[in-house]
Amino acid sequence: MTPDEKAMAGFLTRRAALFGGLALGLPSLSGPARAQSSVVDITRARTDPIPIAVPDFAGSGDGQRVGRDIARVVVNNLKNCGLFRPVDRAAFIQTAEAAAAVPRFQDWRVIGAQALVTGRVDAGSDRVRVEFRLWDVLPEQQIQGTAFTAPAANWRRIAHLISDVIYERLLGEKGYFDTRVVYVAETGPRDRRTRRLAIMDQDGENHRFLTDGSSAALTPRFHPNAQQIAFMSYARGEPKVYLFNLDGGRPEPLGNFPGMTLSPRFSPDGRSVVLSATRGNDANIYVVDLGSRRERQLTSGGGLDVSPCFSPDGSQIVFNSDRGGDQQLYVMSADGGGIRRISFGRGRYATPVWSPRGDLIAFTRFGGAGGQFGIGVMRPDGSGERILTEGWGMEGPTFAPNGRVMMFFRESPARDARGGGYSSRLASIDVAGFNERQILTPTDASDPAWSPLLS
Amino acid sequence: MINTRLLGAFAAIALLAACESSKDSAATGTGAATTGSTIRPGSQEDLIAQAGSDRVFFDYDSSAIREDQRPTLQRQAGWLGGNPAVTVTVEGHTDERGTREYNLALGQRRANAARDALVVGGVAGGRISTISYGKDRPAALGSNEDAWAQNRRAVTVVR
Repeated sequence: MTPDEKAMAGFLTRRAALFGGLALGLPSLSGPARAQSSVVDITRARTDPIPIAVPDFAGSGDGQRVGRDIARVVVNNLKNCGLFRPVDRAAFIQTAEAAAAVPRFQDWRVIGAQALVTGRVDAGSDRVRVEFRLWDVLPEQQIQGTAFTAPAANWRRIAHLISDVIYERLLGEKGYFDTRVVYVAETGPRDRRTRRLAIMDQDGENHRFLTDGSSAALTPRFHPNAQQIAFMSYARGEPKVYLFNLDGGRPEPLGNFPGMTLSPRFSPDGRSVVLSATRGNDANIYVVDLGSRRERQLTSGGGLDVSPCFSPDGSQIVFNSDRGGDQQLYVMSADGGGIRRISFGRGRYATPVWSPRGDLIAFTRFGGAGGQFGIGVMRPDGSGERILTEGWGMEGPTFAPNGRVMMFFRESPARDARGGGYSSRLASIDVAGFNERQILTPTDASDPAWSPLLS
Repeated sequence: MINTRLLGAFAAIALLAACESSKDSAATGTGAATTGSTIRPGSQEDLIAQAGSDRVFFDYDSSAIREDQRPTLQRQAGWLGGNPAVTVTVEGHTDERGTREYNLALGQRRANAARDALVVGGVAGGRISTISYGKDRPAALGSNEDAWAQNRRAVTVVR
C-alpha cells in the first residue's frame, strides 16, 4: 500500500445506510432462486446479466470530472465481471445531475435498467467526498446509500469500493474490485528474458514495477494482509524464495535451505509460508514459521513435490507431485499426514490452488488427448472436474478473493525458429467457464497472483 | 562404464593445452595444439572443442542420462580432469511443455544427473555447482519437437 493509500485507509469513512432506506431485498431482482443461495445462478448470469444504469456522478468543478471518472470505472468493473450489463449512456433520458437529486424511475425503466446507481462528488482542495446510492428501479426503492471521504488522489479506490457494494447488494456475495494483482512482467527475447515483478489494480490501472529486472523474479504470491509478497528470485545466483514488503525495503531470503527453494504460498493466517525445497534429486514440501523462521519438513522421498497451497481454513495442503510416475495432485493434512491423490483424469495436473471459498481446487492440466493445456477446477476430493478453458499453453490460476473469478496466463506458440509470434498474456475467467477476457498489461506477463480485498 | 581410453586421450590434449597457456596470453590461444583455432584453454570454447559439446539432452519429463549422451559427459569429465583449476556450473533446463514450478524442480534434477555423471567420471564434486532455470531460458526459440529436444538439456558452463 502506498503512503497515500494508507492515509486513505485511515481516513476513509464508510457509512453504510447513511441515508436510511436500507433495502432488505430486491423484489424485482432477487427471485426465489437467489434468495435460497448466496451464489448467483450461473446459467442465468451468463445469459442474462443484470441491466444497470450508471450515469456520471454529479458535481461541480473538479467534482464533475471526478464524478465522471468514478462512474466510468464502476461501469468498467461491472461490465468486465460478466454479471452486469451496463445500459448504454446514449440511451439515458434523465440527466445525471437530475438523477443524483431525485431519480425519475420511469425514465430508467423504459431504457431497460433494473438497477440504477447515482452519486455526487464534492471535491475539496485535496480531499473528495463521494455519496452514492443504489436503486432498485421497478419498486422504486433505495437499496444502499453510502458516503466515502478520501484524499482526492484515491478516487479510484472509492470507485472500486462502490463497485464492490453494488456487486454484493445485487448478487449476494462479496465483490473483488478493490484488489490488486502482482505478476511477472516479461520483456526481451525468450532466451534472454527480463522478468520483474509488477503490481497493478485488478483493472490494470496504477501499474508499477517492483523489481528492476537485474535478476529474474518468478511466482509472486500475496500475504493475506496484501502488504507482503513471497516470490522466487535469482538475485544471489541461486534461486531462492524471498519475502518483500510493498511498503519498501529490500527482498529478504526466507529460510536456510541448502538447495533451491520455490513455489511459496502464505498460510491463511499469514504466520507461515509453505514452499518446496530441492535436496538431492527430490523436492519436498516444507513449512517455514515466519516468527521463529524454523522450518518443518512435510513430505519426503522419491519425487518432485512442488506448488503447495493451503486450504482456506489452514487444515489441509494441496500440492503437485510426480511420486506416482507423472505429475498429479495430492492433498494432505497441514502437518503432512494422510497424503492422498485427488486427480485421475487424462494428462498431467499441476499448479493447484485452493479457492478462498474452500469448495474448489483450480489447476493446470496438460499432456492429455491433443496435448492441449487447460485450466480447470475440481472439488477437494477430486470429484466434479471441469476444464474451463483450453489452449496451446496456459497455467497458473489464481482466485479473486470471492472465489468467483480466476486469473491465469495464456501463451501462444512461436511461429518460427526465432521465437516470433510467441506471447504470454494474463487472462481472467469466471469459475463457471464463461467471460474469458485478456487482462491488458504493458508487456508480456505471467504468474499472476490476486490480492485479498484491500479493505 | 567410463570409456577410459577416450577419456585419457582428451585429458592429455587438454593438459598440453593448459601447459602452453598463461593468464596473460590467454587471448592468443593455443590453436595448433588443439583445434586449429584460437581457443583459450580452460574456456567454454575449449570445453566445447574438446568434449564435442557442453550439453547433454534428455527425454521428455525425464532426468535419466540417455545412453547416447553418456560419451559427451565422459569427454567433459576428461576435459575437467585436464583442467583442474576450472570450476563449472551445470545448468538444468526443460522444454516449454510443462508448468514453471515443476520444470524448475525437473531442471534441478537434470543438472544433478549431469553433475553425478561428471563425478563418476572422476571430477571432484566440489568443482561443480548446479542451478536450474526450468523452462525459462530456452536455447531454441521455436515451439516444435525439434526445439523442445534442444531445450531439454543440462549445460556445463565454465565459471
